[in-house]
Amino acid sequence: MKILVCISHVPDTTSKISFVSDGSSLDKNGVQFVINPYDEFGLTKGLHLREKHGGTVSVLTLGDESAEPTLRKALAIGADEAHRLNGVPHDGAQTSEEIAAFIKRNEFDVIICGQESIDYNGGVVPGALAAKLDLPFVNACISLDIDGNNVKTIREIDGGKETAKAKLPIVIAGKKGLVEEHDLRIPNMRGIMTARSKPLSVHELIESKTLAQSVSFSKPPEKKEVKMISPDNLEELVRLLNEESKVI
Amino acid sequence: MVIIYAETWENEFKKTTFEAISYGSKCAQEMGVESIAVVFGNSVNPIGELGKYGVNKVIHVQEIDEFEPYSIALALSDITKELNGKLLVLNGTANGKSLIGILSSLINAAAISNVTSFPINHKPLTVMRSAFSSKGIEQVSSNSDCTILSLVPNALGIISNGDSNPSVVLKKIDSNHKTSILQSEKESGEIPLPEAERVVSAGRGLKGPENWNIITDLAKVLNAGTACSKPVSDIGWRPHSEHVGQTGIQINPELYIAIGISGAIQHLAGVSRSKTIVVINNDPEAPFFKAADYGIVGDAFDVVPRLTETLKSFKK
Ligand SMILES: Cc1cc2nc3c(=O)[nH]c(=O)nc-3n(C[C@H](O)[C@H](O)[C@H](O)COP(=O)(O)OP(=O)(O)OC[C@H]3O[C@@H](n4cnc5c(N)ncnc54)[C@H](O)[C@@H]3O)c2cc1C
Repeated sequence: MKILVCISHVPDTTSKISFVSDGSSLDKNGVQFVINPYDEFGLTKGLHLREKHGGTVSVLTLGDESAEPTLRKALAIGADEAHRLNGVPHDGAQTSEEIAAFIKRNEFDVIICGQESIDYNGGVVPGALAAKLDLPFVNACISLDIDGNNVKTIREIDGGKETAKAKLPIVIAGKKGLVEEHDLRIPNMRGIMTARSKPLSVHELIESKTLAQSVSFSKPPEKKEVKMISPDNLEELVRLLNEESKVI
Repeated sequence: MVIIYAETWENEFKKTTFEAISYGSKCAQEMGVESIAVVFGNSVNPIGELGKYGVNKVIHVQEIDEFEPYSIALALSDITKELNGKLLVLNGTANGKSLIGILSSLINAAAISNVTSFPINHKPLTVMRSAFSSKGIEQVSSNSDCTILSLVPNALGIISNGDSNPSVVLKKIDSNHKTSILQSEKESGEIPLPEAERVVSAGRGLKGPENWNIITDLAKVLNAGTACSKPVSDIGWRPHSEHVGQTGIQINPELYIAIGISGAIQHLAGVSRSKTIVVINNDPEAPFFKAADYGIVGDAFDVVPRLTETLKSFKK
């Protein structure tokens, strides 16, 4: 089984986010980059599938050289090979076009993305990729079972879940549930050593079009000072919710 | 033309659908074109209801009765292309999120998700969206002839402006699916996140799943959905579908009550857009108080049942 895990290289969840002074981009100063948390679940799922069905796990990112440590980390966790599409992701259309072109040259049975990347929160790439490859797609996928050519998936719907079946190859956008938190692997010393000798290949872009253009970034307005209310005066809280914020 | 996906759940329109219809109809007016809602399924009732939110016309596709993302996306894409749609509006529900990527490729359109504003410009179409898990706001413009916008649920409101009395046209499109749905099940409380207007949420401070009745009781008087912090769903006290935060569901209800939740940065990332935040925590130093509108330092097991009672008497 040939498994591809698409990985986004994103600021660590604890990062304070700020933007360069003209607002044109993220201020990367002092920001630590990690494997996108959704993709970490996908990567572990890929390793589980390899253990069960045999085959290889490849990881891929569209990014510049600064994303390579993230790919090396994925190799250290257990992926067999890494691919970097050499460029900068601009929007879902361009990113999915580039990844689709790579997949058409290489062919995979299972393509695992994360439900969204926690930086731009686009959530466009996985579905766009599936449509470009004309493959079945399951978003917010929390369970994936493969038996021969048959796939059984569960996706999260608003307030519940839904089971569906499809045939390989398939594209999924995964999240926690695909594997559990305690299944996530952290690289050990041996993993880190072997990762250095695993293949990481760099591919040039096909120069696809960006359709949605980022103009500028800003910070959300600050909250005003919190009003503390005595636990013995809950009537006051109810009054404020009713009269001041008008939410009840 | 502005095309709007009128999502249904168990044959009823969702509240988020009225938000999308209001949004799309307002955009259509600004652009000087018609707005058209697309409804799927054979027993949706009552379709005319959409007129309250200003839509000019409804296309009803009866043959496609279940939500299979590819078949819905293909139908929406065919309709959009046929009518030369310039704008396609969805809501960022679980189903909307399943559609946006597929649609973007099928129509070859710019896809902008997490939209939090009406267009600030139409040429080129420019909107604000939430990014970096609510830690940033991004202004984005479309470079393509047609643009798909997916709205943040609860962010832009419903505009009821009388009755446009839309014409309803049946259109036959056969389902062209790539996955087959076997079973759907509802898991948590009656009100699904993220469309709940009020949410009562609890964390590890509740000590164990057997204590959740104080949370569900409070949620009931408020007609609120229930949510939880990540560790609570990780340990299995509550279902995954209630996990809110950076790696869970992102919500922005009118009212968010956080009980026994410390307010870690990853938790705040999913809830900080809530309009009013109430924090109940026995630790006066809990970081959540800095993100709150109203704070109560107290023991959840004492405060929450009394709050429920106070709300009950207020309602009478
Ligand atoms: C990559 C990553 C992603 C993450 N994503 C998320 C996410 O999406 N969502 C999320 O929630 N977390 C997320 N986290 C976890 C986050 O960092 C916190 O660990 C988590 O939010 C803490 O949950 P909690 O507040 O329930 O528990 P705790 O931090 O243990 O806090 C419990 C709180 O309850 C209070 N308390 C205790 N007893 C009582 C009582 N009797 N009455 C009132 N108050 C009481 C305590 O004072 C304390 O503030 C993520 C972490 C990482 C590393």
